[in-house]
Amino acid sequence: MVHALNTGLRHVPAWALYLMAPVPVVWIYYLGLTGQLGVDPAKVIEHQLGIWSLWLLIAGLAVTPLRRFAGVNLLKFRRAIGVTAFFYVLAHLLTWLVLDVQFQNVWADIVKRWYITVGMAAFVLMVPLAVTSNNRSIRKIGAGAWRRLHRLVYPIALLAALHFLLLVKGFQWEPIIYAAVIAGLLAMRVRWDALWTRQRASHRENPARSGAGLGGELSQSSRY
Amino acid sequence: MAYRWKNTLTADAVTPYSAFLNRRQLMAGAAAGAIAGALPVSARAQEALEPNTWEEITTYNNYYEFGTGKEDPARNAHRLTIDPWTVRIDGLVDKPGDYSFADILSQMTIEERIYRFRCVEAWSMVIPWNGFELADLLDWVGVQSSAKYVAFETALRPDEMPGVASPVLDWPYVEGLRLDEAMHPLTMMATGIYGRDIPKQNGAPMRLVVPWKYGFKSIKSIVRITLTEDEPPASWNIANPREYGFYSNVNPNVDHPRWSQATERRIGGGLFAKRHPTLMFNGYEDEVAPLYDGMDLTKFI
Ligand code: HEM
Repeated sequence: MVHALNTGLRHVPAWALYLMAPVPVVWIYYLGLTGQLGVDPAKVIEHQLGIWSLWLLIAGLAVTPLRRFAGVNLLKFRRAIGVTAFFYVLAHLLTWLVLDVQFQNVWADIVKRWYITVGMAAFVLMVPLAVTSNNRSIRKIGAGAWRRLHRLVYPIALLAALHFLLLVKGFQWEPIIYAAVIAGLLAMRVRWDALWTRQRASHRENPARSGAGLGGELSQSSRY
Repeated sequence: MAYRWKNTLTADAVTPYSAFLNRRQLMAGAAAGAIAGALPVSARAQEALEPNTWEEITTYNNYYEFGTGKEDPARNAHRLTIDPWTVRIDGLVDKPGDYSFADILSQMTIEERIYRFRCVEAWSMVIPWNGFELADLLDWVGVQSSAKYVAFETALRPDEMPGVASPVLDWPYVEGLRLDEAMHPLTMMATGIYGRDIPKQNGAPMRLVVPWKYGFKSIKSIVRITLTEDEPPASWNIANPREYGFYSNVNPNVDHPRWSQATERRIGGGLFAKRHPTLMFNGYEDEVAPLYDGMDLTKFI
């Protein structure tokens, strides 16, 4: 089954994803412009694009675990997923800026409202990743440095989860479930066995530093 | 004694007048257990606003007992049984008891009030309510002189309300007003919209409307009204006291941690609707500002 899937996927070029990428955002705006999103279309668009951004980030994070644990190889689509995620966050941000707050108190909102601050931080961190998502950049900055740079996607995903947690009112399950999914996808990258042995080793040498190493394991084990 | 306040928001409101009570009269009225007569004085010129459509008012609701999405209440609220409906009125009143909604209606004069409605989420509507003044109901049951606040409670029906399965808030939904706020002629119990029975998603059969406060103060589907001496709990205040105060008066100058309150999006303007400046006390400043004389409204949020 997995083999058939991988074989099938081999015939799908990555550019097909770029071709499909604008469909949801165009469709959402089409519905909004034709009065099919209810009585408050700007909010619906803002929310829909936020959810799409989150789905795309999660899809990008799922590529590595899918290959490692399920053997499904989506590696060649990962760049397209990541770049699409960036453009959806950008569309989400522009919807907020133009249709929602209409350029009023933008800076005050960014510094004062925690969920905006966190969302904005996630967006800013995505810029260098989007700009360097091409082969020329990998050659220019070197594969090692490029890989380290693109580990920014972990804090970005955590910030996105936090953004959603902060923006809902009252106690709601939905953002908690998304946060758990993201935490799970990040946890799958940690080589717990290696971490365990190394921690025990360092414990013997230097008990005070036994907490260190999570970041290291996280980065060492994430295969690109 | 209905008709103490005259609509300023009718489309043909050329010469806007509004009933006005100054603070002293209101206090005297409350102490006497009956509100003093209203003085019509000219209000600040009001923009003539068109009420929102029936569809806008009845498909875009915050009623978390039926789900947190704006369209969930319209989809789910049909499950609510509103006949029979009993309201328990108790606490510091002369005639406590369980009153049927029909009994209450038989004693009240229904009038139309076109009010602005401003949600804390920074959107707004204009709604033509039908209902009666809360003061009339309180006068009918007799408020005792020691009462200082009015507490309200929404029905809690897990069988009929899918939203309460999730602990979004500490159910049942509760709200409160200071007695002078409750007795103010602007404060009403709505039982209809556009001359029709109020839809379930809007708080049938009877909901509070306090037009100078953020919408969440205007508690829906009321089953209990209690006169108290102490400030009663309010659901959003319990959930997040930093963001939602007991008073929650519409105030463009006091920022909310979540939304700037300086401007609002009027529902119904479509995708490119311009934001409008929010008015102090939602445009009812002349009528209600005296209630808060001497209070620092940046502290009493
Ligand atoms: C990685 C980046 C981001 C992700 C994944 C993201 C995701 C989301 C999600 C999932 C929602 C909730 C949608 C719903 O409730 O259905 C949302 C809402 C929202 N986001 Fe973002 N977002 C991001 C960045 C931003 C940025 C940069 C801004 C603005 C500067 C922003 C502003 C908002 C606003 C205003 C809302 C709606 C809040 C409300 O309910 O009024 N987001 N976002």
